[in-house]
Amino acid sequence: MIPAKFDYVKPSSVEDAVRALADGGDDAKILAGGQSLLPVLRLRLAAPSVVIDLGGIPELRRIREDGDRIAIGAMAPHHDVLRDELVTQHVELLSKATATVADPQVRHRGTLGGALAHADPAGDLGAVALALDAEFVIAGASGTRTVSAAEFFQDYFTTAIGEGEILTEVRFPKYTGWRTHYEKFNRTAQAWSMVAVAVALKVDGGSIAEARVGLTNMGTTPIRASGVEAALVGQQATADAAQAAAEHATEGTAAPSDADAAADYREHLARVLTGRAVLAAAG
Amino acid sequence: MAEVRVTVDGVNYADEVEPRTLLVQYLRERLGKTGTVVGCDTSNCGACTVHLNGQSVKSCSVLAVQADGGEVLTIEGLARDGELHPVQKAFNECHGLQCGYCTPGMIMAAVDLLGDNPDPDEHEVREGIEGNLCRCTGYQNIVRSVQRAAQLMKPGASAPTEQPAPVAGD
Repeated sequence: MIPAKFDYVKPSSVEDAVRALADGGDDAKILAGGQSLLPVLRLRLAAPSVVIDLGGIPELRRIREDGDRIAIGAMAPHHDVLRDELVTQHVELLSKATATVADPQVRHRGTLGGALAHADPAGDLGAVALALDAEFVIAGASGTRTVSAAEFFQDYFTTAIGEGEILTEVRFPKYTGWRTHYEKFNRTAQAWSMVAVAVALKVDGGSIAEARVGLTNMGTTPIRASGVEAALVGQQATADAAQAAAEHATEGTAAPSDADAAADYREHLARVLTGRAVLAAAG
Repeated sequence: MAEVRVTVDGVNYADEVEPRTLLVQYLRERLGKTGTVVGCDTSNCGACTVHLNGQSVKSCSVLAVQADGGEVLTIEGLARDGELHPVQKAFNECHGLQCGYCTPGMIMAAVDLLGDNPDPDEHEVREGIEGNLCRCTGYQNIVRSVQRAAQLMKPGASAPTEQPAPVAGD
């Protein structure tokens, strides 16, 4: 199938994009990499009157060092994130999760900002952004504002991006030298995560000094596994410690039941995958 | 209507298209490049894979207008002067296809993979063609084909028909 008719605008600055969004009214839709939007348009699950393509704003693709943070333009494709040395060195967990997103073709077109703004709870990058306390820069008619990852993800496919606003950049604090792992469970190639666990550990002399753990697809938003983090701190990175901490993985979750898996199975997966992810990161 | 200027398989085109036109539709219906096929409606199958500015993409998931100013390479542009690309040769040689429907996309994905990783092991091939589905072969011969193509593309690899040069004094 082909999409329903729409008008197409390709602004060359963020200001123009914000203006186009205001002019477009209720039905305007932002196009980033299009790897979620185009399938939705083709299946006619959405029929926006105007599509605003951010592909004409080169500054939104930049990845840069910003003091003690790595700032990634919202339009940086997954492929660029994977190849970026700043990201590999300072935000390794993001690299590892990005490598599991969909397939090479989708990673060439799909963008970090697009995936996060889409906010599919089965998407892999939200749990990373949440666990690592990323900041989201959002532009609107009255300028830009910054929101924390904890505020950004609000509900199923719903974020803090308001009507008339555009996500422009995502800033990750540096986690240089942290040990990381993204453990993803899915049934087939290129499938969405049934459940996945993102782990970053600061290991000091064999013991875990700090831990950050995020869960994918265990609720309507990415979820921070604070109970697991607390249980890990101060422990030696052993199988027993990982397993004990993993018992906290389902605290505060609300796993969905769907055609892929029932909620109790997802809870089981969250515990098993958390244990694996912690050991793999520490290893 | 919107204007799209693209180079496809080395030829420049300028056309007016509806913004909703998918790149694959533009290639097939406007330019007659029917070597690129549509295999699904869900962006999963990868049969429509082409290269856009040197990277593999699913042309069902790109608007023609998004390709404006870009360079597209399809399966029809791979052969040079009547000589098949080494990946095409390898698919032929290793029987990397059965019904052939996935083949254009599979080959374009493989060409991109080998550009990034000239000597992939079996696992890396399977990961590299993750975005392409085959419903006939079970992938065994496809993986062999890609690894054979890697051999053919190695610098200094000679065509199988070439004889070793005679050694002086023999």
